[in-house]
Formats: sequence, structure tokens, C-alpha cells
Amino acid sequence: MKVYKYGDNVDTDVIIPARYLNAPDERSLASHWMEDLDPSFAAAVKPGDMIVAGSNFGCGSSREHAPIAIKACGVACVIAASFARIFYRNAINIGFPILECPEAVAGISAGDEVSVDFDSGAIVNVTTGKTFRAVPFPPFVGGIVKNGGLLNSLKSRGLAK
Amino acid sequence: MGMTMTQKILARGAGLEYVAPGQLIEAKLNLVLGNDITTPVAISEFDRAGFTTVFDREKISIVLDHYTPCKDIKAAQLCALAREFARRFSITHFYDVGDMGVEHALIPEKGLAAPGEIIIGADSHTCTYGALGAFSTGVGSTDMAAGMATGLLWFKVPAAIKVILTGNLRPYVSGKDVILHLIGRIGVDGALYRSLEFAGDGITQLTMDDRFTICNMAIEAGAKNGIFPVDEHTLEYLKGKVDRHWKAYSADDDAQYDSEVVIDLSTLCPTVSLPHLPSNTRTVDEVAGMEIQQVVIGSCTNGRLKDLREAAAVLRGRRVAENVRCIVIPATQKIYLDAMEEGLIADFIRAGCAVSTPTCGPCLGGHMGVLADNERAVATTNRNFVGRMGPVSSEIILASPAVAAASAVAGCLADPASLMGGAEA
Repeated sequence: MKVYKYGDNVDTDVIIPARYLNAPDERSLASHWMEDLDPSFAAAVKPGDMIVAGSNFGCGSSREHAPIAIKACGVACVIAASFARIFYRNAINIGFPILECPEAVAGISAGDEVSVDFDSGAIVNVTTGKTFRAVPFPPFVGGIVKNGGLLNSLKSRGLAK
Repeated sequence: MGMTMTQKILARGAGLEYVAPGQLIEAKLNLVLGNDITTPVAISEFDRAGFTTVFDREKISIVLDHYTPCKDIKAAQLCALAREFARRFSITHFYDVGDMGVEHALIPEKGLAAPGEIIIGADSHTCTYGALGAFSTGVGSTDMAAGMATGLLWFKVPAAIKVILTGNLRPYVSGKDVILHLIGRIGVDGALYRSLEFAGDGITQLTMDDRFTICNMAIEAGAKNGIFPVDEHTLEYLKGKVDRHWKAYSADDDAQYDSEVVIDLSTLCPTVSLPHLPSNTRTVDEVAGMEIQQVVIGSCTNGRLKDLREAAAVLRGRRVAENVRCIVIPATQKIYLDAMEEGLIADFIRAGCAVSTPTCGPCLGGHMGVLADNERAVATTNRNFVGRMGPVSSEIILASPAVAAASAVAGCLADPASLMGGAEA
């Protein structure tokens, strides 16, 4: 469970450049994730790895291709000091876990081993032994993530077939 | 407790008397919008979820604007998917090549946005329609799919920042300079999760095109939406475009704001954002002379008629410098035609500009003006992130149409006032 760490204002243009949006299948998107910021990422990332980043993660374009690609990479979650709001709702809507916790971002380094309990919001840096607590999702939003995304959640409420 | 404009609109949409900042609500949608990049992803989610009907075929708009006229085979396949979906559900407001425009210029022009309405679009610059007193915000493709199927969407009610505008803009200063100045002051996450609520007597002299530009870039400060109160300019704009019933909402005197920002418009100078963040602002006189290879005048931010008039006023009777390529893209067919009838297109072509049919094209590095390694552009677009218009070594300077046009003529980043010689408007 390796941590990849990035700075503030990681925008969706570097997460998945527009030149790849004309082929929106998730495998193709995943192969280009972070290409303009960290060209080695897509080849190196392993299922269960985590992204830790600074403030305003995912700013810019509304392209849902950004969280779709990272989910397809097998990344377990993104922990950031704060998220840009469209990335935030896109991640929730596709059932991809994200956690907002500036303290954890300050207390986790690249390569650390980290475990997360999404129900309680507890983030444990196994490498250093430090524990942090993100504010858990409100129940309505947590329900969307748990159901695997907005459309599944609508189904469970009878609003979709 | 009093409410802001945004709170009132969301309360109406949720069928509630009052909503508080931070409250999660589900609101009824007046319009669901998508483009040729985001709609295909929404269609695949829509189909995968098993939806077989749309909530209202007249309240969905699909605009093929980003990679169109299609730049390559893959882009053409995406447009074909969107076209098939529009046909399948008889989507009323489907706009294809020939009558499409850049969506955020087109939607207001077609009368699809009105005060008090709740509009979502799978495009981050959907916040543009706040200029008309609507609540409008960018969302993702899954939101678009859910919106098309149910006509409902979940929202967290945003807290607000009050932006008080006073005074009058000086010559060669426009809405673009106002919003770049604001983003420079509060930062690219300065309004994160919040609404930017514009107020103050400086609003009265801002044209609708200036207000569209200002609200368009609210997202560049991280805002959920930007919103202007409705006044005579708004009513004049809506005349002949919107004939359905709508309701304007004004903020209560005791509405709560997280903070206030006051901008005296008479003190603003032409402002630019240097690479690679919109918040990296300078007044143009501080950085004039920077070498450039390309100028782009257009986009959902600055491709409207007033923008083209301001650019043409600088380019008329002058020539684009030899080392610079200047690309002008009217944002809609109507704007293109109006500009042609006013003689602006002739001004551009005589000056040595390339004029294109409407498209988002170069703004996102799609086509129609992609940069090479180490090239730098002055663009009237909205984002100057790394790799946005070309390779990671290329750079974008964000500017107003007047600054962009002056730079095209000067062959380097330039102040229109020094090129034109003083305060002639």
C-alpha cells in the first residue's frame, strides 16, 4: 500500500490531459493518469496504493474521466487537504473513496504505508504509528459511496430501474 | 435568518422555506447540459443504470462544441454517440455543427437560462449563467445521467462570499480583468465550495457580456457558482429570448456571508494571469514585453460580440506581428454573423488573423491552435494549467480580448493603452 504524494492544486488537465478524452474507456484513461505531472505513475501504481495530496485536489475541468481513471488504476483512495468541488462530487458519484484531512497530509510522506477505515474516517500511518481522523461523510453522501455510486443509490431508492 | 440569492434559489428548488449553508438537499432541475466530451460518458452511465426515459426532453441540452467540427476519428465516434442519444429521446435542444456554438455562449443566447432557475452542466464553466441570476454549476457525467433521468440532483448548499463592486471601469478594462483580479486576490481555492455573490453599485455599468465572463471564471476561484442580481441589463438581455415564467431572487439584507471582498472598478488595470495558475496575476504593464508565438481570442469566457468588438478596435487597420499567429473564434454562429455584419471579421482577416467556426478547440488543447514545445500563447480563455494548450513545456497567459489583440500586433505581451495611445475607449 504505497503512498504517492503530490502538492497543492493538482488540476484535472494534468491528471488526465484533454488529448486523451476522445477515448473515454477506463483502461485507456488509466494508462495516462497523471502523465503530465508524474510520467512514471501509471506503470508503477499497484492496486491498493493511495494518493495523498495538498489543497484543491482535482481543480479545473469537470471531466469525470479523472476519478474514473484513478479508480481504474486500482488506487484505494485519495487523501487531500481539500478537494475541488466537482472532483469531490464526481468521486462520490462513482463510488470512489476520498478523505479530506490536512493533518494526515502533513503527517504522511511518499512511500509510507497507510491504512484507512472509511466508516470512522480513521487514517493510520503504519510507518510512523500516527493516527489521524478525517471528518466522515454525512450519511446521505456516505450512502452514495457505499452503494457504489449515485446511480446505484438511485436504484436502491426506487428512482432508477 | 436571511438568505443569499443562491440559498433562495436552492430552497425553492428543494421545496423548502429555508436552507442553511452545509445542508444537503435534493433540488429540481430546470436544465441539464452536456457536451461532446462529457455526454458520451453520461450516456454510458445512463444506459448501464437501465434508464429508458428522460425526465423532460425539453430540459436537456447537448452541445457538440469541444472537438468539433470533429478533429479525429475518436472524436467523431463520441459525437456519433451523442447524436444517437439525442435522436433516441428527441432531445429538443441538441446543437450540432452548423448551429452549435461554445455551450456557455449558446445557452443564454437560445434563451435556455433564466433568473432563478437551477441549471447543471457536465462542464465546469456552467457557472456562467449566474450572470442572469440563475443558480448554475458544473457537475460530472454521472450527475448529468442522473439529472437527465430524474430531473433531480443532490447539492450541498454553499456558504457565500459577497463581492462588492463599486466605481466604473476605465478604458481597456473589462469583465475579464475584474475576474482575474478577484482570482489573484483570493486564490484558485479562495471560494472553494462557496458561492460568489456579486453586489454593489458598480454592477449597473457592467454589460451582460462582462457579467458572463465574470461568472464563467468563478470556478477558477474554486466557487460552486457565481451570481449577479437581476437588473435592467438582465431584463433587456432576456427580451425576445425567454418567454416562460421565471422569478428573480435578491439577497436578504441580513443574509450571512463568510467574507466580503470590495473591488473599486475604477482602480483596476488590464490584468493577466501568468503560467501556470489563474491566480498568478499581474497588471499587464508589469510584464509587458514577454515573448509570444500565438494569440487566441475566443472561448466560453471571451468569445462574445463585445469581446470581438474590443479586439477588432485594436486590430483594425493594424497587422498581426510576423512572429505571431492570431486565431479568432466567435463563440456562436449568431455572434459570428453579427461580427461579420459589423465588419469585425473583415477587420480580423485584413489584420492577418485566422478566423474559425465556433469551437472550444485550442482552449483545452483540442485542435485549431495547439502549441509546440516551449511556445507561449496569450489567450482570452480561462485556464493556464501545465499542458492545457499543448505539451508540458508550453505556456499560456490569460488576458482580456483587448490585451490579446494588442499583444498580437506588438508581437509580445502588450498593454492596449500604450499601443492605442492613451485613454481613447
